[in-house]
Amino acid sequence: MAILNVNATRMELTNLKRKLNTARRGHKLLKDKRDELMRQFLDAVRENLDLRLKVEAAIKSANTYMAVAGSVMQPQVLSTALMLPKQEVRIDVTEKNVMSVMIPEFKTEYKTDNKDDIYSYGYAFTSGELDGAVKALSEVFPDMIRLAEREKSCQLMADEIEKTRRRVNALEHVMIPRYEETIRYISMKLDENERSTTTRLMKIKDMMIEENVKAKK
Amino acid sequence: MFKAAVVGDRESIYGFAAVGLYVAEVTKETAGETVDKLAAGGYAVIYVTENMAEAVRPQMEKYRSASIPAIILIPGVNGNTGEGVNSVHRFVEKAVGSDIL
Repeated sequence: MAILNVNATRMELTNLKRKLNTARRGHKLLKDKRDELMRQFLDAVRENLDLRLKVEAAIKSANTYMAVAGSVMQPQVLSTALMLPKQEVRIDVTEKNVMSVMIPEFKTEYKTDNKDDIYSYGYAFTSGELDGAVKALSEVFPDMIRLAEREKSCQLMADEIEKTRRRVNALEHVMIPRYEETIRYISMKLDENERSTTTRLMKIKDMMIEENVKAKK
Repeated sequence: MFKAAVVGDRESIYGFAAVGLYVAEVTKETAGETVDKLAAGGYAVIYVTENMAEAVRPQMEKYRSASIPAIILIPGVNGNTGEGVNSVHRFVEKAVGSDIL
């Protein structure tokens, strides 16, 4: 592992030790964040998949009804029947903070008081299949909104988990070993300097003693 | 207050009008543009039929990191690719590293 390009001084050593501490703490926090996000994500994504399968099945059955309705009614009549919808959906969006990921929450409101007020046509000229199709769609709609909410949350969480995982790995396998290595390098260098100072002093002392002895002779 | 819309080919979407969603009938050429317009026009949820998925790919990428709008794929009458379910599996793969569902 490469060491950082720093001067081997005591000040650098203190700085690095402080940085190592911060990195360790950050690593622990990020790891906790990743684990908690993962737990929540797995719950959310399971629900997401269930909802998706349910919604897709319901839409497919509604489409079958619609196909039958389309074949027994004239296209113009069908268009007219659905041209002016009675109902209108409004969505109230709030954001929830999950481990610093802002995930949306959708709440639906309907224009008319009765949310089952969905048939925008008289029954005289339309076929029963159209009623079936419209009913099937309106039944699945709350799940569709829930699906949108879950799917968006899963997407945002998946992105965040990936990012956090990268950070955790970078800290664990690059930053922290590098700091540790550099700290060891600097402390060894400092020790080495100290030893060389000691030996130099001893050497000088020896030389001085020798000179003194010579002078006395 | 936000609204919800369905984007796709006519056969797949016009039933949703009765439920109270805004329906936008598009072709592959106009799908992307329409989604952009809806996103700017206060729509929080935009359902897109799977056969238009390719056409709105840039938009899905663009609004990926924003909390709204949510662009959600739904099956249409034809041209279903299973892209919706696949995308859920892709989330798992991205987050966990392998598809564990």
